[in-house]
Amino acid sequence: MDYQLIWFVLWGLLWAAYFATGGFDLGAGMLLPGLGKTEHEKEALLESFGPLWNGNEVWLVTAGGATFAAFPTAYAVLFSSFYIPLLLILFALIVRGVALEFREKLASQSWRKACDTAIVTGSVVPAFLFGVFFGNVFQGLPLDDRGYSGTFLQLLNPYTLLAGILFCVLFLSHGALWIAYRTEGDLSMRAATFARNYWPAVALAVILFFISSIFKTQLFANYLQNALLFLFPVLSLLSLAALRFYLKKSEFLSAFLFSGLNIILVMATALAGLYPNLLPSLSNPSFSITIFNASSGLYTLKIMTVAAAVFVPIILVYQLWVYRIFRHKIPAARTGEDLYL
Amino acid sequence: MDVLTLSRLQFAMTAGFHFLFVPLTLGLSILVAFMESRYVFTGNPLYLRMTRFWGKLFLINFAVGLVTGLTLEFQFGMNWASYSRFVGDIFGTPLAIEATAAFFLESTFIGLWIFGWKRLSPRLHAFTIWVVAFATNFSALWILLANGWMQHPVGFVLRNARAEMVDFPALLTSSYGWLKFLHTITAGYVTAAFFVLGISAWQILKKREVPLFKSSFRIAAVFGLLSSMAVVGIGDFHGAEVARVQPGKLAAMESLWETESSVPFYLFVLPDAKNERNSIEAVGIPYMVSFLAYRDIHAELKGLKEFPREDRPPVMETFLGFRIMVALGGLFMLLAAIALYLSVRNRLESLPRFLWLMALSLPLPYLAGQAGWVVAEVGRQPWIVYGLLRTKDAVSPNIAGSQVLFSLIGLGLLYTFLGIVGLCLMIYHIRKGPEPEATEPGASS
Repeated sequence: MDYQLIWFVLWGLLWAAYFATGGFDLGAGMLLPGLGKTEHEKEALLESFGPLWNGNEVWLVTAGGATFAAFPTAYAVLFSSFYIPLLLILFALIVRGVALEFREKLASQSWRKACDTAIVTGSVVPAFLFGVFFGNVFQGLPLDDRGYSGTFLQLLNPYTLLAGILFCVLFLSHGALWIAYRTEGDLSMRAATFARNYWPAVALAVILFFISSIFKTQLFANYLQNALLFLFPVLSLLSLAALRFYLKKSEFLSAFLFSGLNIILVMATALAGLYPNLLPSLSNPSFSITIFNASSGLYTLKIMTVAAAVFVPIILVYQLWVYRIFRHKIPAARTGEDLYL
Repeated sequence: MDVLTLSRLQFAMTAGFHFLFVPLTLGLSILVAFMESRYVFTGNPLYLRMTRFWGKLFLINFAVGLVTGLTLEFQFGMNWASYSRFVGDIFGTPLAIEATAAFFLESTFIGLWIFGWKRLSPRLHAFTIWVVAFATNFSALWILLANGWMQHPVGFVLRNARAEMVDFPALLTSSYGWLKFLHTITAGYVTAAFFVLGISAWQILKKREVPLFKSSFRIAAVFGLLSSMAVVGIGDFHGAEVARVQPGKLAAMESLWETESSVPFYLFVLPDAKNERNSIEAVGIPYMVSFLAYRDIHAELKGLKEFPREDRPPVMETFLGFRIMVALGGLFMLLAAIALYLSVRNRLESLPRFLWLMALSLPLPYLAGQAGWVVAEVGRQPWIVYGLLRTKDAVSPNIAGSQVLFSLIGLGLLYTFLGIVGLCLMIYHIRKGPEPEATEPGASS
């Protein structure tokens, strides 16, 4: 068995799991002032993902940890090469996490306003910069034997900016669908209308991303070797269509699930093209970071495979249980009873 | 300043700041879980109000601890790329397992606890905070096994200029890692005990909710006495382990320059690293250091002069950190014992001076914890992985000093701000006190 391939797939799945779960709470965070018109609605909106975002963010921690353990060289090169964007993501996630937890701890209006600003900023910045990050990974960087030594601004070009916008657009729609599903009344209606009006932008962003990947990256080289891979982008577009279909029928949970599936498939489309690279070198191909030259020893990969095989199913079971517990509709108007601490 | 110095400063700052919050989480989760279980078993609403009061402070602390942990994970790759490349095989594994086995559990169940007051039965709700308490401590195990490996690397071979894992069970059963884990969690329990003791003492002084806070005080006094005895006892074993595997660090902790047998413990010592001697050495307790290090009063200890200058840790910091930690450890046992005695004899209210003393002692476990990490991490220098990789060779080769300066200043400002906000919120909720009586579970925020 090829453990490097297994870990490449798991690595991609961990990131995709973060974007499919963390993506909706980031999107909902961006929509906080846009959809929440009253304080009650804002509280309901925040409560829709309040118990869940912590757990969602652990997919990111796990993706980082798995990169470190399974592909240490990739972890070293990726994280040091993207020093400034990762730092800004850190700032944003820290500020956002604290604002989410501290918002209800003071009744003052100006405090809550400040927290709302922090939540919106802290949600937009990671969404956009993770897009830029992966845009650069898909496109490749000028590497030498130490990694990438260029500046932050050199990481920004039309393709990577498009990837940043793509992530924002996907998460906004994903978050709106989640709010439509979890809340009631005006708030739910407003979220659904937003998702509906916004759907063409999502479809456009995904299609633009696929097309520009053909011209701006080497991602589709693998597709010419193995036509089966085309299933990923095709299924991605189909799940977008399904999203639209269920949204029209006001079946928000199904629409939301297809939105999550689409996020996973967009990642799969790109990562299938990236293989076996983890970070292609644009200068000298021998500096490319691949799953073979960046991986841990076979022994470590085996241990990690066992650990993943044991723990990931357990995680999925209790996460699903928690999602089930918090599946009830959150009333838009509070009865004066806060349900939490 | 160069990338190395700035990166070291940044790691010291971010790890030190993170560890202001972690110890309280480790211990207070257990105390809150205990309080809520008492509510479930007795049905006494006092314990519910107690749970919710301490629970709120727990959550404020938890939030900051949680978000600042992410910085540490990212930082290994961002600032210490050469280190990550060198050790990822064996150091990354416990980190990845920590995320899947412990951190997921902790983060998922904390949401359930915060939002589940009306969704879960009282028993199940109390169970969720026990899961959080378990997961927090379990998470510490993996992190400290990883840190223990940096202190005393085991279960690896050097291959292709990297440390490759060949024996995972050796990592899992590393006595260094386990002692470090036990020492650290019990230090966290002491922190939580003195946190509850200090705030309860202050509330009793202010004559607010006296029964609730006397009860909290009693619980914390028992917990504090047990955990301070444990932290000192385990610390003793940990010290003996350090003597065995990190003799240079031990020599710095004791500021011992010459190799000697039957080493006494001097109460007053002033190291003079420049001249490789101590300028003050007074009031010796014969044989004590030899005995503590090797369980043999005549044992020989290696002095710092045995090690080339470039292999010695900074003596002053290591020595002072160790002295502060040890002195405070003794003080904690004493204070907790008196607190428990007075609490059982019901004499707290008649001794306001002691209550003030307890309130003012609240920060001391934080000081001890930081001092302990100075001993552990500064004492490990100049190595990042003891005996294998020097800190100066571990830094990322492709980042600029200006980038690290930017991140150091940015994180410094952000953390200062976070610290102030967290502290203000805590003080606000401490002054506000517990929720009024006769409220249903979750009837106010």
